[in-house]
Amino acid sequence: MAQLTYREAVARGIAQEMNRDERVVLIGEDIAGAGGVFKTTVGLLEQFGPRRVLDTPISEQAILGAAMGAAMTGLRPIAEIMFSDFFAVCWDIVVNQMAKTRYMTNGQVSIPLVVKSGNGGGLRFGAQHSQSIENWAMAVPGLKVVTPSCPEDVVGLMAAAVRSDDPVLFFEHKGLYASRGEVPDGPIEDVLGKAKIRRSGEHATIAALGMMVPRAVEAAERLAAQGISCEVIDVRSLIPLDAQTILDSVGRTGRLFTVEENPRALGWGAEIASIVGDEGFWDLDGPIVRITTPHVPLPSADSLEDLVIPSVDRIVAEVEKAMQA
Amino acid sequence: MTTEASRGAEAPPELVQLLTPEGERVEHPDYDIDLTPEDIRSLYRDLVLVRRIDLEAVALQRQGELGIWASLLGQEAAQIGSGRALTDVDMAFPTYREHGVAWCRDVDPVKLLGLFRGVNHGGWDPKEHNFHLYTIVIGSQTLHAVGYAMGIQRDDASAATIAYFGDGATSQGDVNESFIWASVFNAPIVFFCQNNQWAISEPLEKQSRIPLYRRASGFGFPGIRVDGNDVFACLAVTRKALEAARTGQGPTLIEAFTYRMGAHTTTDDPTRYRVASELEAWKLKDPIERVKAYLFKNEQADQAFFDAVDGEAAQLGADLRRRCLAMPDPEPLAIFDHVYSESHALMDQERAQFAAYLEGFAK
Repeated sequence: MAQLTYREAVARGIAQEMNRDERVVLIGEDIAGAGGVFKTTVGLLEQFGPRRVLDTPISEQAILGAAMGAAMTGLRPIAEIMFSDFFAVCWDIVVNQMAKTRYMTNGQVSIPLVVKSGNGGGLRFGAQHSQSIENWAMAVPGLKVVTPSCPEDVVGLMAAAVRSDDPVLFFEHKGLYASRGEVPDGPIEDVLGKAKIRRSGEHATIAALGMMVPRAVEAAERLAAQGISCEVIDVRSLIPLDAQTILDSVGRTGRLFTVEENPRALGWGAEIASIVGDEGFWDLDGPIVRITTPHVPLPSADSLEDLVIPSVDRIVAEVEKAMQA
Repeated sequence: MTTEASRGAEAPPELVQLLTPEGERVEHPDYDIDLTPEDIRSLYRDLVLVRRIDLEAVALQRQGELGIWASLLGQEAAQIGSGRALTDVDMAFPTYREHGVAWCRDVDPVKLLGLFRGVNHGGWDPKEHNFHLYTIVIGSQTLHAVGYAMGIQRDDASAATIAYFGDGATSQGDVNESFIWASVFNAPIVFFCQNNQWAISEPLEKQSRIPLYRRASGFGFPGIRVDGNDVFACLAVTRKALEAARTGQGPTLIEAFTYRMGAHTTTDDPTRYRVASELEAWKLKDPIERVKAYLFKNEQADQAFFDAVDGEAAQLGADLRRRCLAMPDPEPLAIFDHVYSESHALMDQERAQFAAYLEGFAK
C-alpha cells in the first residue's frame, strides 16, 4: 500500500497498462520530456522511450485524429488533451469520427483509445481553462465517460479505459491532482459503469462526481453532527451509468441530492434526476435537489470561483434546507 | 504590388504530363512509365466504367432514388491513376467523391449507392479493401491517414497510406496539421489533392495565393503538380510517391490539376457561379477521350474493343440500378446495434422500450 497523489496515480495507471500491453502508446503536447504540464506523465518517457511516448505538434485535432488512425492499426493509444476546454477545438474528431466509427462500419472497425484530459475548476484558470465538460461527452452516443475522484480509482479506471474497445474520455480533475490517497500495490483493474458508495447513511442520498465527491463526503460528516445521515455515492462513470446503485440508495433513504460542478442546464444530475423521477418516484419523500454551478462561465477571481462551484458550505446548507422543509 | 504580381513572383507552375489532351505521348525525365497495350486498355476500361457508375448514380438521384450524389465527372483519371498505383497493402482514406478509387479497391459500387440512399453508412469493411469509409467532414481523414501511417511505420510494413482531399480542404486546420505531423514524423503517406478548381462555388483563389503543390515546401516535403486528367501521369507520379513513402523518404503532396465537370453535389447548380466557356475549355482536356485517341492512333485497340467496353458499361449501369432499387430498408432496432462494443443498462432499456413501442403498431 502506498500513499500517492492523484497526479502520480495517473502516471502509475498509464505505466501499468504500458507494461502489460505493448500496443499502448501515449501521445500529446508536453507529455514526454516535460512529464505533462500537470506532471501526470512524469517518468513515462524514461521508462518506455520516445517510440511509445510522443510529444506532438500543438494540434489538438491532429492528436485525436492521429490517435484514431493509430487505433485502426491495432495500437491502443492514450492521447492527452491538456485542458478539457480544448476539446472544443477538436470536437469533430471526438463526436463525428471516433464516437461513430464502430457504428458506421457495422462493428468492423474498433477505436480502442483513451483521451485523458485535465478537467474542472478550482485553480483560478478562468473561463476557458476550468470547465467541467463531461456533460458534453455524455450527450454523444458511442463515447464512454469516466471521472475518478481518488488515486486508487485513477489507476483502476485508467486500466479499464485502456482495455475497453470503445473510445473513453477520461476526465482527471485538475483540483484533485495534489490530493493524496492509499493505492494498493500491484496491478489494479476496475470496471467502467460501477458507482461506489463512499459513505453509508439513512436519511438522504448525495450523488457526486470528481472533485465534488470529497466535498460531499465532508459535508456529510458535518450533517451527521446535526443528525442528518447522508449516503454519498461516487458516480465515477457517466457512460456506462450505474443508475441502479443510486436507485437502491434512494430506496433506502427516500431523498436525492446531486452535487455537480458543471453549469446547471443539462448537467449529468438532470439525467439522474430524470431516471429517479421515473423509476424511483414512489421511493421519494421529497423533491430531488440539484446543487450545481449556476449557468455562468467560470470566473477567474478567487472569491467568485469559490462562490459558484458547489462548496462544502453550500452542500450543507442546501441539504439542511431541503431536509427541514 | 498587385495581387497578380505577387502571384507571379515565383516560377510558373510545372505540370507533369505524359499524355496530352490530343492523345500524344510525351516523355518526362523524372516520371516516365512503361505501360503495355493491355495496361492501357485496362486503364481505359476503368475510366469508362467509373464514369458510367457516376452517370447512373446522378440519374438515380434525379429520380428520387438517392438522397444526394457527389459526382466525379472529369476526375476519373486522377482517381483511376492514383488508385491503380496502390498495392493491396497500401491504405487509402477517401473523401465522399472517390468513387473511382473505390472501384480500384474492389468496393462494390452498390455499397456507395447504399450510403447515398441512406440505407447504410457505407457498409464495406475498410480492412478488407484497405479503403476507409467516405469521410464527409472536410479534411478529417487526412489526420486519420497520418495516424495510420505512423502505425504502419511502427510495424516496419512495406506499405504506404494515401489521403485524398480537395482544393477547399487545404484551408482546413486538419489538413495543415496533418502536413506538419507527416513531416515531423516522416510518415509513409502521400497527400493526393484533387484540385478540381471549385470548392462548391468558391474558386481556387479563395483558398490560396500560390499553387497548392508549392505549399509542401513550407512543411518540408516535396510537392508535385500533375495533370489530373492524364491517367498515365497520375499513375506514374503516385506510384513514385508511394514508393518514396514505403522506403522511408516521408510524405509527398501531389496536386492533381483537374476539373469538376459536374455540380459539387446534386443539390448544387454550378451555372449560377461559373461561366459555360470554362466547362467547354475543360471538355477539350477530357481524361477519357485522350486515352481513346492514343489507343486509336497507335492501333492498340479497335472499334470492337471500344464497343465491348461501352457494352460492359451499359450492363454495369443496368445492374447497379436494379440492385440499388432492391436494397431493403434497415431494421428499426438496428439503430441500437454497434453503438458500443457491449451493451449497458441505458441501451438495453431503450432498446426494449422501442421494441415494445414498435410491437404496439403490429397489434
